[in-house]
Amino acid sequence: MEYEAIIGLEVHAQLLTRSKMFCGCSADYAAAPPNTHVCPVCLGMPGVLPVINKRAVEYTIMTGLALHCKIAEFSRFARKNYPYPDLMKGYQISQYEEPLCYDGWLNIEVDGVAKRIGIIRVHLEEDTAKLTHVGEYSLIDVNRSGVPLMEIVSRPDMRTPEEARQYLIKLQQILRYLGVCTGNMEEGAMRCEANISLRPAGSQEWGTKVEIKNLNSFRSVKLALEYEIARQTELLERGERVRQVTVGWDEQRNVTFVQRSKEEAHDYRYFPEPDLPPLYISREWLEEIRSRLVELPDAKQERFVREYGLDPKDAAVLVAEREIADYYEACVKAYGDPVKVCHWISGELFRLLKATELPMSQVKIAPAHLAELLKMVDANTINLNTAKMVFDEMFHTGRRPQDIVQEKGLAQISDADELLRVVQQVIEQNPEPVQQYLKGKEQVLSFLLGQVMRATRGKANPQLAGELLRRSLRGE
Amino acid sequence: MALYELTIREARALLRKGEITSVELTRAVLERIEALDAKVRAYLTVTPELALEQAKAADARRAAGEDTPLLGIPMAIKDVICTKGVETTCGSRILKGFVPPYDATVIAKLRAAGAVLLGKTNTDEFAMGSSTENSGYFTTHNPWDLTRVPGGSSGGSAAAVAAGEALAALGSDTGGSVRQPAAFCGVAGIKPTYGRVSRYGLVAFASSLDQIGAFGREVADVASVLGIIAGYDPRDSTSVNVPVPNYEEALMPDIRGMRIGIPKEYFVEGIQPGVEKALREAIRTLEGLGAVVDEVSLPHTSYALPAYYLIAPAEASANLARYDGVKYGLSIPGETMWDGYRNTRGQGFGPEVKRRIMLGTYALSAGYYDAYYLKAQKVRTLIKQDFDKAFERFDALVTPTTPMVAFKIGEKIADPLSMYLTDIFTLAPSLAGICGMVVPCGMADGMPVGMQILTGAFQEPTALRVAYAYEQATEWHKLRPPLDGKVEDKEVMRQ
Amino acid sequence: MKLSLEQVEHIAELAKLGLTDEEKEGYRAQLSAILEYADMIQQLDTEAIPPTATVLPLRNVMRDDEVTPSLPVEDVLANAPDVEDNCFRVKAILG
Repeated sequence: MEYEAIIGLEVHAQLLTRSKMFCGCSADYAAAPPNTHVCPVCLGMPGVLPVINKRAVEYTIMTGLALHCKIAEFSRFARKNYPYPDLMKGYQISQYEEPLCYDGWLNIEVDGVAKRIGIIRVHLEEDTAKLTHVGEYSLIDVNRSGVPLMEIVSRPDMRTPEEARQYLIKLQQILRYLGVCTGNMEEGAMRCEANISLRPAGSQEWGTKVEIKNLNSFRSVKLALEYEIARQTELLERGERVRQVTVGWDEQRNVTFVQRSKEEAHDYRYFPEPDLPPLYISREWLEEIRSRLVELPDAKQERFVREYGLDPKDAAVLVAEREIADYYEACVKAYGDPVKVCHWISGELFRLLKATELPMSQVKIAPAHLAELLKMVDANTINLNTAKMVFDEMFHTGRRPQDIVQEKGLAQISDADELLRVVQQVIEQNPEPVQQYLKGKEQVLSFLLGQVMRATRGKANPQLAGELLRRSLRGE
Repeated sequence: MALYELTIREARALLRKGEITSVELTRAVLERIEALDAKVRAYLTVTPELALEQAKAADARRAAGEDTPLLGIPMAIKDVICTKGVETTCGSRILKGFVPPYDATVIAKLRAAGAVLLGKTNTDEFAMGSSTENSGYFTTHNPWDLTRVPGGSSGGSAAAVAAGEALAALGSDTGGSVRQPAAFCGVAGIKPTYGRVSRYGLVAFASSLDQIGAFGREVADVASVLGIIAGYDPRDSTSVNVPVPNYEEALMPDIRGMRIGIPKEYFVEGIQPGVEKALREAIRTLEGLGAVVDEVSLPHTSYALPAYYLIAPAEASANLARYDGVKYGLSIPGETMWDGYRNTRGQGFGPEVKRRIMLGTYALSAGYYDAYYLKAQKVRTLIKQDFDKAFERFDALVTPTTPMVAFKIGEKIADPLSMYLTDIFTLAPSLAGICGMVVPCGMADGMPVGMQILTGAFQEPTALRVAYAYEQATEWHKLRPPLDGKVEDKEVMRQ
Repeated sequence: MKLSLEQVEHIAELAKLGLTDEEKEGYRAQLSAILEYADMIQQLDTEAIPPTATVLPLRNVMRDDEVTPSLPVEDVLANAPDVEDNCFRVKAILG
């Protein structure tokens, strides 16, 4: 039988605020020694009280807007009660019945087919402390406790692991565009849990849902879903039932393992957080937040196609990261020809970025310098090969192309007299090929041209050199 | 008169005139504690060295020209309020040895004002109780009769003030924990409006109800302390940003024309005759002072107890989840990590705290939330509406604080429900979040009776004014418990 | 509302309270009595009544996103029963 997978994703994204969700401790804990970003509040000491970080609320609303969500007029925090050593107060301050954002969507594309994935809700909560398991013990570092965490819950609208992967990629793009989250999954700044159930293709019934935790990379998400589909398909085909469980993904062994069965499910005993008055998101506040929204990848891609005449695929590559798109536009502004700029960025620049594994933020080539380089090509001051060489040098040093060309004497030789001297020299030094050419072997011309380039160390204007060579050989 | 017997007002006058120093005053109170506390057992922790240091500093500040209402005044702090560097146990074994690395906002304010902190007073564990018998350490005795309870949960603070072991004290009130012991111990006490005083550093019992209050031997002293501790605190999102009035200016003996309501539901059968009699007389006194008195109905009063005993334990069940033996306090490891949790909490909490955690957990659990917790919150709305309506007609309401005077130690401890019933007159105002003030208004069975004066949100000045006018017209506040082996010379006076 | 022993045990486990058999039986009886008493609120018609989670009319109480000093690590760990490598330590969590 054919089975259809029903997949929903729950993503947790740490917000890029300076301070924590409910206290003034620095939220930038990644490089900090254990328990150095901790105060009585995030340690859950007796007597402490939370105070809401305004920026975290605004970042969440911004995300909701980017995901086409409705923004609640009234929103409230709630206590989610469950004991665990990484939870300092024995409850997590989260949101339950009144999340900040709900009912939105985002578009993904798989194999050229667009698909809309629904978003159930986006809410705000606090992160837990970090547990490290060492032998018979677990060590608790409280630095992460209280870092603002946004939870984004999709509708079960995905049908394949690749759709799930594309959803995550798109979500990551959006979060990064907004500047609300680094989106780095390996660092745990963005974490994913998946729900998956199978049903016979064409059926309208829901199958039994399995929840997969510990998905720390795009790859894990895809592999774990593929694994679960295979596992559940096998069970169903044997006529067995899928148990409603929570499983973990074992990255080393590439298998899922049962963490908790339905019977052990938590009773979270949510109730409104009495320490925090509700949030009221007025029209004015909402519009003020909306005005701070940047252009998002989809809109930008569309505009690049429309405004710059780019191929949609090329545009998609440029908008994948906001910094690349911004860089592209700065270069277009400085130079003019959007298609040519696109080729340089997606060709030369990406090649070097990949080779050096540097992020876009480390690129040293100023847009004005790239424009200068391209203008030198246009003006025949240098040829294309030289330009690529110079580009490489610019990438590594950040120097002006003019300086590089001048210093290394790379300017193209377009002086006919000077080139003619070289051409005649080459003809004299290569009697054999010259004879062949004169006998009608046209291909020899490129060999001779190569000799001219060699003699000029690549600086010869290739058109002019070819022209002069032909004329000289014909005795003109 | 012994220095420890002074009110804040009297002590302040002497300090200002340079007739006494804070060090002398503090030493006198510390000696009183030394002499008496083995019998009264008001304190869990006394910090004499720190107190004398603070007294010395206060004297230096005064010498430098400073003069604030509490400068150099020795005070006691209920042990549910965090004090930096001084053990804070909440009367619980589970917090044995816990030393907070921070001061509660009220403590920081008292320090800034130059008050002298004597130590931490006994309380029912996590402020859950009405007698201090639920303290994880020992029971405090009522200074008026050592075989009786001082009330609770702030029984240690009330007893300390009544016994001359502090000039004033801080307590906390969730369902009556300042007002009931004030009445039982014959001192003045105030539970301010919810949001008036910062809760930052007050160890949470029921977050939507908890409020820090003050005890003093007279109304003016309570006003002085409230003036220092009240006010908006950016660390407490439920503290309200309204200006703090000068409470001492509210102390006018004139209440002519003031409209005072007497809720009929607070004079029901079961109330001890002596208590009712004292209240009726007190009401006549208020009328004699020119107040316009009339009956009023608060129809949902009887639902306050069940609503309170669902809401408060529910919030408590979450607030007390953090005591797990991992970060601070008692830790009783077990075979597994979860066994450690069960051991620590099972053995660290006393019976009443466990009872309330169980009750609250149940009220919030799947399938019962709507029937219990949510329903109770709706009842809370009705109770609040009762008061809103009453305050459209009246400036203040006057009721007994408790249905009976202080009961005997051990009398009610085995029957939780009968213990809960001692708080029936203080619970509804707590649910409504309004201000409640208590002043002594008579004696019954040889024990003090307290009058509860209720005013609307942030109407502390009105409550203080009624209390002050009554106090000035009567002598009850001048009575002192017969602790020195002899009955006070002063005759028990009727106005 | 009479509670069963299983219910008492379930609640105790949710709250992670280790109780003796005697305690369980005591709480079963006491909680049943209290809940029975509390059931009087069921008489009230609250259909149209909104719940009061807090009596305050406050909303939007927030702080600016500014960093304030944290505690020294010694203070963070000062009250800890068990510490290793500047971390709180618990027995490994199984399940």
